[in-house]
Amino acid sequence: MAIEVRDVTKSFGGTPVLRDVSVDIGSGSLTALLGPSGGGKSTLLRIIAGLEQPDTGTVVISGVDATRLSPQRRNVGFVFQHYAAFKHLTVRRNVAFGLEVRKRPKAQVRRRVAELLELVHLEQLADRYPAQLSGGQRQRMALARALAVEPEVLLLDEPFGALDAQVRKELRTWLRRLHDEVHVTTVFVTHDQEEAMDVADEIVVLADGVVEQVGSPHEMYDNPANPFVMSFLGPVTRLDGRLVRPHDIEVCAAEQPGSSAATVTRVVRLGFEVRVETRVAGQDVWAQLTRGSADHLRLDPGDTVYLRPVSNARTLAGSG
Amino acid sequence: MVTRYSLRVLALGYLLFLLVLPVGLIAWRTFARGLAPVLTALTSPSAVHAFEVTLSVASWAVVANTIFGIGAAILLVRHRFPGKRILGALIDLPLAVSPVVVGLALILVYGRFAPAGGWLERHGLQVIFSLPGMVLATVFVSLPLVVRAIVPVLEELGEEQEQAAHTLGATGWQTFRRITIPGIRWALAYGVVLCLARALGEYGAVAVVSGRLVGQTQTLTLFVEERFQNFDQPAAFAAATALALMAVVTLLLTKFLRPKD
Repeated sequence: MAIEVRDVTKSFGGTPVLRDVSVDIGSGSLTALLGPSGGGKSTLLRIIAGLEQPDTGTVVISGVDATRLSPQRRNVGFVFQHYAAFKHLTVRRNVAFGLEVRKRPKAQVRRRVAELLELVHLEQLADRYPAQLSGGQRQRMALARALAVEPEVLLLDEPFGALDAQVRKELRTWLRRLHDEVHVTTVFVTHDQEEAMDVADEIVVLADGVVEQVGSPHEMYDNPANPFVMSFLGPVTRLDGRLVRPHDIEVCAAEQPGSSAATVTRVVRLGFEVRVETRVAGQDVWAQLTRGSADHLRLDPGDTVYLRPVSNARTLAGSG
Repeated sequence: MVTRYSLRVLALGYLLFLLVLPVGLIAWRTFARGLAPVLTALTSPSAVHAFEVTLSVASWAVVANTIFGIGAAILLVRHRFPGKRILGALIDLPLAVSPVVVGLALILVYGRFAPAGGWLERHGLQVIFSLPGMVLATVFVSLPLVVRAIVPVLEELGEEQEQAAHTLGATGWQTFRRITIPGIRWALAYGVVLCLARALGEYGAVAVVSGRLVGQTQTLTLFVEERFQNFDQPAAFAAATALALMAVVTLLLTKFLRPKD
């Protein structure tokens, strides 16, 4: 294991932020800490980095108990949401910083910095200052800076949170490819389930300071441990008191065994996807169809249809 | 239109009678008989000595306030501790206290007949009527200038760059020298220049603690006053012009440093 977090608790001024959190992160994995804002995921990441001290519990990094080690002795790379670029240094000097404070030979620093700038595609901008870069470029610089010291683990705190949607998508594909090249154990914090599913091998869902579930993205999507995880990872609707994915609802023109009668209230066409909103016994239920099957049914508001979960659908007894 | 022009005339007239006329007259009286008498007045032994005392007192005060200023600003911005608000208020105290009161207070503590002053004097350090006391008085009156220049910039700089440096393996000192200081350098320079200007021009507190010993503890401001009282107007005016010139230079320096923040 690259990182072992054991029974960590942390409170800020009497408010518990993490309660008895234990997480194992495998060597070379790319793990997402996913959860709603205020769920404790950034605090957990900062505790792993040594930027916060846990009230109780331990953090082991590559077999060494790091709980009381200062950040500069943990050999972790940390990337901040707002880049934390050194504004008075050029891109090149930013990336070289970790090597310079370690007093590495000049020639070695130059070679390593050149390699990293190439890796993050900033070799043309090496002599610019951070203020002259776009957000995405700054974040790539911050990543190169963190990787320069060859950290045991790379920690990213909402790395794409401050970027616009287009750049965010590009960067997360790029991060995935980078990880496949460099293989450094990476943990990133996000509140965006799509980002977590897109990039990570493994997802840790944290809410209210508690680990709700750990698993691979598809495992977690198909077998959520509880209603919270199910609704956080994807769309859900409630049919007959059970939570079910809207794409797992079969819409039939005639009554079928186990189906419920529903009145169509609205049909929304979103390109390929069609949302069918209905009412079943006074409850709103919606189903997600492909355009083909929706056209086949010829749905209009006011029609009566019959809904049931598809045969292999994963449903959960819904609470709340 | 009329109000705009009358306001301008009013403002300019106010400044003319308050600032431009008095300072201009000093310069005019100084150079009324040409450059030679000015140079003679400024190169007399007591004038040269006064320059030296002023520079020495001002340098020590600037060094002390720079070190204290950086330390106090980091303490106020980066740390949370009981009594923080009291520290903040104490730092501003010198702005409110009259320099003469500062001087008297220092004599009460460090004078020959006070416990602290007596002890120091028995160990060979005379504070009052000597250089250490003058430095203390100057440090006191210019104490808030460096701190107050740095605090807002340090707040705006935030902690993330420093934390990033830590995670990259920098020690506390490396982080301070490579990240914190460059981040506040313009504010620091501005504070230092302000502090220097205040130290060069200080009169009241220094007058009380120095004992005004000619050729020993006489600063440039005290020299101006003493020459003027002794009807040596050329020397008084020459030294006053020199002081004004130093003030103008420091003022220009602050103008250069200001917009870069």
